[in-house]
Amino acid sequence: MSTFVLLFTISLNAILAENFILVKFLGICPFMGVSKKTDTAFGMGLAVIFVMGLASAATWLVNKYLLVSLGLEFMQTVVFILVIAALVQFVEMFLQKVLPALYQALGIYLPLITTNCAVLGVALLNIQNGYTFIESVIYGVTGGIGFTLAIVLFSSVRQRLEDCDCPKAFRGFPLALIAAGLLALSFMGFSGFKVFG
Amino acid sequence: MDKVLYAVAVLAALGAVFGAILAIASKIFAVKVDERLPKLTAALPGANCGGCGYAGCQAYAQAVLDGKAKIGLCAAGGAESAKQMSAIMGVEAVEVEKKVAMVKCRGRHHLSKARYDGIADCRSAMFVTGNGPSACPFSCLGFGTCTTVCKFDAIHVIDGVARVDADKCTGCMQCVEACPRKVIVPVTYDADIVIACSNHDRGAKTRKVCDVGCLGCHLCERECEHDAIHIVDNLAVIDYSKCVSCGRCAAICPRHLISDSNLRTDMDEVPAMQR
Repeated sequence: MSTFVLLFTISLNAILAENFILVKFLGICPFMGVSKKTDTAFGMGLAVIFVMGLASAATWLVNKYLLVSLGLEFMQTVVFILVIAALVQFVEMFLQKVLPALYQALGIYLPLITTNCAVLGVALLNIQNGYTFIESVIYGVTGGIGFTLAIVLFSSVRQRLEDCDCPKAFRGFPLALIAAGLLALSFMGFSGFKVFG
Repeated sequence: MDKVLYAVAVLAALGAVFGAILAIASKIFAVKVDERLPKLTAALPGANCGGCGYAGCQAYAQAVLDGKAKIGLCAAGGAESAKQMSAIMGVEAVEVEKKVAMVKCRGRHHLSKARYDGIADCRSAMFVTGNGPSACPFSCLGFGTCTTVCKFDAIHVIDGVARVDADKCTGCMQCVEACPRKVIVPVTYDADIVIACSNHDRGAKTRKVCDVGCLGCHLCERECEHDAIHIVDNLAVIDYSKCVSCGRCAAICPRHLISDSNLRTDMDEVPAMQR
């Protein structure tokens, strides 16, 4: 299988069949918390794409050149949390100074993502799946795209739910949770698809 | 045991390295924040209503600081916050006239042309039924889109027509923006005489669809001794620079739509249209 086909398979898997939120159930907290409006959901999605891509690259390097060579693979989880948190802090400072416009757009979401389980999840999954550096970055970015897709879809649904006339006991979170469940069910339909064998 | 110590040492070293990098980075990438910004933000109500035209209170404070915006645009904060902001910026205080929203419709006395059972929102009602389900094309629809956008609990649909609680209204005018029929308008809080109708159709047409719509009969115009009320485009309009609040137009209006009390209390009861 050529590299391109492999990367394409990884991308499709990350976006649809193994969607981080709806299939793997990672990153549920921002999924419920920041999905009330489509534009904030979209901003959050962009920030997640950005951070997941960066975190994949950084953690892959740390794992390969530090943990593996020192024989400390069992410390992956702890070290990755540390690396991701430091990285996000650094990126936040960097953006504020160098790209204020981007900071305005992503700034408020960045601290939210620092300790997000989707970001930690992608770092650990990269290692578990034995991905190369390029594959890891692609998996991170497309995983973020999958996150964005799910949260933007869900925020549109929620905006409609706000207007609907439903029993009082269901209003707000209960209905949102039911809707999230249904959305997850529909994404389960993608599982089992094999792209190019 | 060695392994444990080793692991602890590596993690501690990593933490120290990251800490050092972040400490250096915070020096290199430090952004100076004007110390007046938090003070200005604190002087604003913090409701982020957007009435000033900026994204939120902080964005408005920043704009004032940059000299892009004038002090006194915050309707919700009113004179008090304008005074504080002037003090912080070291300029003379500006006078702010308090404005409130007013619904220019007495509602519910007009006929329906369609029955609408969809999503309870004026915008969708407008969308689904063409120009809205009411026969009067200028009336309040009463589905409460304004209530939804109001952050101050100041506008409510009472008996099918939106009503502003003038004392709670901060004048952010979010309802004015949101109303798809543009029935809500800003008026001066001190205004005593207001016109509670938006219908620009001719009298004969208005009469068919509403019991309390302005017919453009000119009675108020003739009654006014101060040249302060005129019929413009089939609807009475008050010139507040001339109005002395004598209330004579309100007394003579055959449709009872001019009020000297609409801002604060309900108008007199008018029987609903019989058809």
